Amino acid sequence: MSSAELTPEVARRPFTGRRVRFGDLSLQVVAGLAAAGATVLVALIAWKIVDGASPSISKFGLHFITRVAWNPVVGREVFGAGSFLFGTAVTSLVALALATPLAIGVALFLSELAPRFLRGPVTSLVETLAAVPSVVIGLWGIYVLGPILARHVEPALHDALGFLPIFGTPSSAGPSIFTAIVVLTMMILPIVASIMRELFISVPRELKEGALALGTTRWEMVRGVVFPYARGGMAAALILGLGRAVGEAIAVTQVIGGGVGIHANLFNTGDTLASKIAASYQGAATNLEIHSLIYLALILLVFSLVANLSAQWVVRRVARRQGIGLNRGGLG
Amino acid sequence: MSAHGITQADVRAVNLPRRRVVNRTMELLAWLAALVAVAFLFLIVWSVARKGASQLNLDLLTKTPSVGFFASGKSGIANAFAGSLVIVALATAMALPVGILVAIYLSEFAPAAIRNTVSIALDVLNGIPAIVIGIFVYGLLVLGHGQSGLAGAFALACIMLPLVARATMEVLALVPSSLREASLGLGVPRWRTTLSIVLPQTIGGVVTGTVLAVARVAGETAPLLFTSSIVGSKVSWNPLHALQTIPVAIFELSDSADPADHARAWAAALVLLLFILATSLAARWLATRQRRRLSTSR
Repeated sequence: MSSAELTPEVARRPFTGRRVRFGDLSLQVVAGLAAAGATVLVALIAWKIVDGASPSISKFGLHFITRVAWNPVVGREVFGAGSFLFGTAVTSLVALALATPLAIGVALFLSELAPRFLRGPVTSLVETLAAVPSVVIGLWGIYVLGPILARHVEPALHDALGFLPIFGTPSSAGPSIFTAIVVLTMMILPIVASIMRELFISVPRELKEGALALGTTRWEMVRGVVFPYARGGMAAALILGLGRAVGEAIAVTQVIGGGVGIHANLFNTGDTLASKIAASYQGAATNLEIHSLIYLALILLVFSLVANLSAQWVVRRVARRQGIGLNRGGLG
Repeated sequence: MSAHGITQADVRAVNLPRRRVVNRTMELLAWLAALVAVAFLFLIVWSVARKGASQLNLDLLTKTPSVGFFASGKSGIANAFAGSLVIVALATAMALPVGILVAIYLSEFAPAAIRNTVSIALDVLNGIPAIVIGIFVYGLLVLGHGQSGLAGAFALACIMLPLVARATMEVLALVPSSLREASLGLGVPRWRTTLSIVLPQTIGGVVTGTVLAVARVAGETAPLLFTSSIVGSKVSWNPLHALQTIPVAIFELSDSADPADHARAWAAALVLLLFILATSLAARWLATRQRRRLSTSR
């Protein structure tokens, strides 16, 4: 407590009422302005994006969202988000479907199974995976992962499951929607796993021990006690993971290859909302294309708002219900 | 077999061998999942280290990219190192004071309703995709004025702000309220208590949070693509012009047709990765130290 300047001199110095009030007021006003600024910033972002997209909104309206076209040729300009929405939905939903069981496994390992000497190091390693910049993961995706998938994994999947349209003709070079899915899986796995680990750790010990004492196996304890207790938080974690996958621009741009169109074949190239914006950074042909790119950003913004607020809503609702549920359990 | 708890059927000692097998299988799958996650990290780090180390030399840090007719083997990305330094430093200078003030207001002054609203705003800001932040700053500062390092720094500051504010709020909550009460009880006014009694206690946590935020934005590419990417090859320290940065350089080099560029991209990725690993480790060390100090002072 040596750093705290509570020497007798300080304490004895007389504070007049006005000085006290002035000092309190100014700190409160300055800090309050900063807090107001942070809130206004969110509103400013929303306003600027809507404002930037408005020429495209007034030209294409809501049809923009479903139209599958991106033609910047002057005079015949047509823009639509349909194919990018499709690309975003496919990549992020499949990535989430692949990452979810892995994340649950990692979180259970770290919270229930791992021997003490592995727990700390593996937790750090998983957090480090989350800290790897997306541009580095993208670089690795282009030159290491992409070729491996194109040469070995995609032909194998095509041969074994080729009757399914999603496993069509393998890509020739490496860039494909499939590569983007694998990259996104790697990127959201550590995020979802870390949140779930904390959820699983927060399950009261007596509930777990009670289940084990009743004679359940460890897995039955997890299914019967840990999952129901953490269900709401797990849903929120998945929503946040989905939001991260949808918003990821750089790594996806590097490995997805680009292109307009809706194909069932995962081994085709494609684009997501975010990757289309990022890929256009070196300039657009016309102003209308710029406004249409901002329209794409608007769709992303709306999605991230909905995802975030619904995750918070789920957490709050479950917290309330769980409180009641636990009380009732205590009385019974 | 209800999802809402353990039923009698789950616990009855029937079919014990099968239940044991299921349990074993699930445990094995969890081990495998952990192995996969760790393997992902090692695959990336190993590739970057192997392909980057051979290219890592002083030229990378000191030479500028050679272009066109005069292109030679000896070129580096010195301009990107200078630009990253300037932009990240500026972003920290913008986000750190505002973030701390926001946290002070929310933890020490704000009524509950305002605290909830601003908290939600911070969470929302944290959830907005980086590329959307980039487009926002493009519309706000770049359209009509041109790209600049300053615009890039502002975009990164938008990403840092919720991280710094959240980290500061977490440590402010750890400061024992007896300390505040002792100070207020001695007649020290509220602002003085906050600034010279409470805030010094949180320095360790604030530094940790800031270091983690710096590590995060140092690797961000998306906010800079539209704000500070159209650059020359000279080393520049002037934030009023567009500055090259390491992540944007990797992004551009990885897309190039020239294999020599790919090699430089790997080397730059190795430098970036080493920087981020070092800062994360430093932050973790600081965090454990801080936690020990706070728990002994109680």
